Amino acid sequence: MEELATIIATASPLVYAVVGETITEKAGVINLSLDGSIMLSAMAAFATSFITGSVWLGFLAAILVSAGIAALIAFSSIKLHLNQIAVGFVLTLLAADLASFLGDPYVGERAAHVEPWAIPGLSKIPVIGDVLFDHNLSVYGSYLVVIAAYWFIFRTKRGLELQGVGERPEAAFARGIPVNRLRYIYTIIGGGLVGMAGAAFSLDVKLGWRDGLTQNFGWIALAIVIFGGWHPIRGAIGCYLFGALQTLALKLQPVWPDLSQILPILPFALMIFTLLLVYLDWFRRLGDRHPGWRRLLASDPPSGIGRIFKRE
Amino acid sequence: MNDRMRRIGLAVLPIVLAAAVAVLLLLAVDAPPLRSFNLVWNGSLGTTNKLADTLLTWVPLVLAAAGLIITFAAGLWNIGIEGQIVIGAILATWVAREVPGEAYFIIPATLLAGMIGGIIWGLLAGVLRVYGKVNEIFGGLGLDFVATGLAVYLIIGPWQRAGVASTSGTDLFRAEVWMPEVGGFSWLALTIAVIAVIAVFFLMRGTAFGLKLKAVGANNRSAFLLGIPTDRYMLAAFALCGALAGLAGTVQATAFHHKLVPSISGGYGFLGILVVLLAAFRTAWIAPIALFFMALSVGSTQLSLRLGLDSAIGGVLQGVLVLFALLAGGVQAKRHLGKRRVAGATLVES
Repeated sequence: MEELATIIATASPLVYAVVGETITEKAGVINLSLDGSIMLSAMAAFATSFITGSVWLGFLAAILVSAGIAALIAFSSIKLHLNQIAVGFVLTLLAADLASFLGDPYVGERAAHVEPWAIPGLSKIPVIGDVLFDHNLSVYGSYLVVIAAYWFIFRTKRGLELQGVGERPEAAFARGIPVNRLRYIYTIIGGGLVGMAGAAFSLDVKLGWRDGLTQNFGWIALAIVIFGGWHPIRGAIGCYLFGALQTLALKLQPVWPDLSQILPILPFALMIFTLLLVYLDWFRRLGDRHPGWRRLLASDPPSGIGRIFKRE
Repeated sequence: MNDRMRRIGLAVLPIVLAAAVAVLLLLAVDAPPLRSFNLVWNGSLGTTNKLADTLLTWVPLVLAAAGLIITFAAGLWNIGIEGQIVIGAILATWVAREVPGEAYFIIPATLLAGMIGGIIWGLLAGVLRVYGKVNEIFGGLGLDFVATGLAVYLIIGPWQRAGVASTSGTDLFRAEVWMPEVGGFSWLALTIAVIAVIAVFFLMRGTAFGLKLKAVGANNRSAFLLGIPTDRYMLAAFALCGALAGLAGTVQATAFHHKLVPSISGGYGFLGILVVLLAAFRTAWIAPIALFFMALSVGSTQLSLRLGLDSAIGGVLQGVLVLFALLAGGVQAKRHLGKRRVAGATLVES
């Protein structure tokens, strides 16, 4: 049970990032900068919390930094018609280096962090209470974000518009939906959530700042978005699966001390190759043969993804 | 202002803006900008010793960039290049450790092994892409993690230093394996890099293969309908890029570190992508741009030694420069819509 609680807590930053990127990609934009965005926002959150003593301001700083990067990607794609992958990749490396450079004075410092807070009542429920409701606000926020994103995308009219913008931008435009304005909005909102992932790392899960604190988590988040078939709940399940792999690797370190250096790398490799299964044809055919599984396995990307929408 | 002036302006603007960002960042951390520029210059190109150091780091970067020119031409994002460098270094290390022989035999053997390693790893990403329909960005990323894991495993496991298992690297190679130097300049590594760049230049410009590869990259389906075996061309692009990446890994192991270390790729694969983006996919430009990048990287270590700054500032400037160049290219393309293809805009809707 204790392990389950650990998995839920360690996966919470990834949940923010995956839900954020899912919203962005649903609108038809790829924000490839996640690995750098998370790193820079983690640094910004920690530095802000260190200077002001406020965790809230730390989260706010992280959201602003990452939403700013997302806005730049949206601008360069929508206004300048640049390739989103190219701009995103450059920003990945740039933001990570900027985090190292600006974060140098804060390495090894201690700052205010997210305090534990068991939800009164709910945390007393046997088993579930310990696993789900004995954490802190950052972790509870990650549940809320998943549920809210699911409800918004699939249960509201605005969510339907969002899907239309990502799937059939021309058709959406013909129906009077301002495609590019919505793409700006959802890319920036998604970027803000990615920033919360950074803050959740440096102010909660990995307390503190050092070079490379969140390295590779952004890439894993991008992979999980695909693994989750652009669905917030399945994406969250992917995050918990990855959290489980990480916790397992940690548990195995005393068992195989010889391998202790490579165990932390293994979850990343394993996760990516699990994801690759989703691409393979036989896996898709499995979905066709068992219509009941189709919902579970289907993972077609929004068909307008990465495509620039131009008004003719 | 006429068209030509405006074009030159847009080409110079990113450099000016990047320099301005550099000054601002330096002022933000209370470092004197002029002295800093001076330190970077003297620490990278200013003296013969430093020039030799910088050129040795230029070799793997330019090799990676040359390889990426080929995969980009085919419309592929070869993110797996980091892993291809690592596996090249691993196979070169294996030959260096296991195969006896004099320098004239063992050095070509390590180079060949490195190339084979890179080709295998490149083809793996290629097979996943072509036959598994796996996006090459994520397939490559997975292969990068596996390659790094393998390197770490070998260093702390089977190839550990006598007595101690540490991540600082394997034992140093025996002297015959080291790439030869004259006056501090690793002439063999430099020759290999120059030949590679020239070969890729002519491959892309003067051969039917290069032309067809570009057709595959520009419009895969049309190329296929015109009778080009697109699958085979994509695999060939991965293999060629892997070979050059493997050479980069070999140089890292046998000319720079003289052993295998966990960070053997040095990040040159990803940095190579920035070089090619800034060069707007033109081979002739990768050599000077890579030299400039390495001058920044190597010179920045002086800032950390003398001024106590974080040496990541070199990377920040490289990133800012490429970002501004892409944005300026986008502005220019918008002005000349349809007339010219510019950096970054070439890969739109691939």
